[in-house]
Amino acid sequence: MSRLTMKQRRIWGYVIRWLIALILIAFSLFPVLWIASSAFNPSNTLASATLIPNNLGMGNFHKLFNTPGRPFGRWLWNSIKISGITTILSVSITTLAAYAFSRFRFSGRVNMLKGILLVQVFPALLAIIAVFTLVTQFESIIPAIGLDTHAGLILVYLGGAMGVNVWLMKGFFDTIPRAIDESAMVDGATHWQIFTLLLLPLMRPMLIVVGILSFIGTYGDFILARILLKSADQYPLMVGLFLYTAGQFSQQWGAFAAGALIGAAPIMIVYLLLQDQIVGGLTQGSVKG
Amino acid sequence: MTAQSLTKPDRMSGTNGTLSAIMLRLVLLLAIDAFAIWFALGAFGEGFFALGIAITLVTAVVNYIILVNDMYPLRWMVMGLVLMLMFSIYPIILTLIVAFTNYGDGHLLTKPQSIEQIVKARYLPEGGAAFSWTGFINEADEYVLFLQNEAGEGFVAYPGQALIGVADASDLGELDDDGIPAGIGEYKRLNALQVAANKDITNIQFGTELDGVKIRTPKEAAQLEQKYEYDAERDILLDLETGTEFFPREGTWVSNGSEELTFGFQANVGLDNFTRFFTSPAFRGPLLRIVAWNFAFAFLSVFMTFALGLAIAYIFNDPSLPGRKVIQSLLLIPYTIPGLITIRIWKGMFNDEVGVINRSLDAIFPPINEFFAQIPLLDWIELTAPGWTVNGWAAKAAILIVNLWLGYPYFMLICSGALQAIPKDLYAAAEVDGANGWQRFWNITLPLLLVAVGPLLVASFTFNFNNFNLIFLFIEGGPPIAGATTRAGHTDILISYVYNLAFAAGRGKEYGLGAAITIVIFAIVAVITLMQFRYTQMWEEVGENV
Repeated sequence: MSRLTMKQRRIWGYVIRWLIALILIAFSLFPVLWIASSAFNPSNTLASATLIPNNLGMGNFHKLFNTPGRPFGRWLWNSIKISGITTILSVSITTLAAYAFSRFRFSGRVNMLKGILLVQVFPALLAIIAVFTLVTQFESIIPAIGLDTHAGLILVYLGGAMGVNVWLMKGFFDTIPRAIDESAMVDGATHWQIFTLLLLPLMRPMLIVVGILSFIGTYGDFILARILLKSADQYPLMVGLFLYTAGQFSQQWGAFAAGALIGAAPIMIVYLLLQDQIVGGLTQGSVKG
Repeated sequence: MTAQSLTKPDRMSGTNGTLSAIMLRLVLLLAIDAFAIWFALGAFGEGFFALGIAITLVTAVVNYIILVNDMYPLRWMVMGLVLMLMFSIYPIILTLIVAFTNYGDGHLLTKPQSIEQIVKARYLPEGGAAFSWTGFINEADEYVLFLQNEAGEGFVAYPGQALIGVADASDLGELDDDGIPAGIGEYKRLNALQVAANKDITNIQFGTELDGVKIRTPKEAAQLEQKYEYDAERDILLDLETGTEFFPREGTWVSNGSEELTFGFQANVGLDNFTRFFTSPAFRGPLLRIVAWNFAFAFLSVFMTFALGLAIAYIFNDPSLPGRKVIQSLLLIPYTIPGLITIRIWKGMFNDEVGVINRSLDAIFPPINEFFAQIPLLDWIELTAPGWTVNGWAAKAAILIVNLWLGYPYFMLICSGALQAIPKDLYAAAEVDGANGWQRFWNITLPLLLVAVGPLLVASFTFNFNNFNLIFLFIEGGPPIAGATTRAGHTDILISYVYNLAFAAGRGKEYGLGAAITIVIFAIVAVITLMQFRYTQMWEEVGENV
């Protein structure tokens, strides 16, 4: 190695990493190509025998946007709306709680942290029945948060906001030295000021990561939305798309795959927009020990 | 120690202390309480007692947190706590209660509801002529009866409606000598031959559920009579037709001759569901194998996804690398398409005959085999494409590959963010000390990364431990274990096994049993989680030393 100059070593580093990237991208994209293949294939099969269908066509996309009673555009909007609101609220809840767990010492703190993790690990398959009953009961008292409302669904999603992401955030606050808080406190800053003005800007990459995780989690949810929403107009994308797979003989995998491709777009756009903020967005050295 | 100085919030500083802030807090609390009381009253008014109690308790907690000064740290999370209590913990508690009942198909009603249903049952008494009858039919093939009792009084009987006396009936056609109308509204009279051809008519119940009339013979129709009567004093149901007595036994009405009535009710069955699960050989059969695979699956899934995610984040963490953004975006793609869809795609790709994976292997392997055949010591090697859906080991490998694909972008995202938080000066210091790349990674990056990511590994483990969607959508737990007494497969994990036992085994849905097994699984996972907690405390200490 010593015979290589610095520049040569750097270029070799790039080439090796590009090769690794190539292999990984092949692994990650291969199944997606099959979805694309189904989307452009008019014969309505999922994962057909050949990657490139015999008669390429846009028929599935046309069907997606022009089927009466299946408002695809509306589903997309519902999904973005529900996931967006849930994300903003749950990141707020998570961050506030994580700050308290990281910066205060109070009795029951450790037990509460354990409790949060335990609630998360409860196998939820059966609890879903109880959630359905709960929201049904809400409906007869406050119809606005009952069945078939987005508000009710969002509330149920937020019930999981105090979850493992609190741990993630807390771990992050823990890595920011307390000396920063203490010097501010000496200057007379309140906890709220320290939280909003000092720590939040430092936490930005993690806020965005948790936000994206929360958005993707809500966006991809199927079961809760499926049982809590009734009318096709209220469906988010995932539930709506599954209408295309219902019925033994009327499955339309082509339209389903086309919808899945379009549905992945919002997440890709969000990620591309925020990517720089996650990696290398932080001014180097702003976190000093 | 810096930790000590922050043990309690500084009450003199900030929003916690000023008068206006206290006033604001009280007004806000009053508004919350007013809403909560109205909500709880509404719940009690509707008869939802569990919900009413839950709302009351949660409101009490909120008041305590906001009014008691020592609770200051919890005010930061009061919103999240309320939502967690209502929408996570309350449903979990309800589920736990169900585990001690027989709730499920055949036992969905409360006891009074089941009695109400049972006493509605009617039977056709044998003796005693009741009515002579004449049938009528309309164009939609719907029937109506004209009945005459022994005194010659006439009634019109539509299915599902109370009997109508002749005097009150409208649309009656002209009456013949016997007092029978030629037609009733749009309904035309049937003659004896037509009646004989229309067997359906004898199955129809005319009149309402309670005063129903059915055809007994070609000449006679009779009023149905109540079959069961509830004796509240002795708490039994008496069969009025046969005289049999039915007693309530753990949610089922049974006679001494062990006859059972269809409508059971919810009842407390104590630990029955648990003893059934642990003692019945049918359930225990493949349990050990399933538990072993369950642990292996969860552990390998976490290990592989974390390792790959971290590797990607670390390798491409260099902002100077050309194309870094494109590479990372493309590698995130598996995470952007909902798993429900991609799991199905993978299922198609792993198909034994037509799947792309095996067709590729079938193309690649023959030349390789030929090559080995020419080498003396290796000529025994003969590669064949595995039967992913019929071979247990191959199915397990396939599931792990799919889960790696589904899961690595999660850790890639988190590690990308986490790497940013590691103070750069630490690396600089290490470089001065002459540490090489590997040493820096093992001694600085990994320990600090685990501070933030460690708990997520535990959470990811428990998520995969119960990863029902993947197992079920990809292969439904298959291929089946040969010789197992219950439906169990090589890739079944506990939760998918439970699903088969409690919901899909052809006995109807048994929520009680399902909830009981859920608790057993929860206990296992909880113990693991709490054991891991020791290490997370260790991580926390590492974090505080930064």
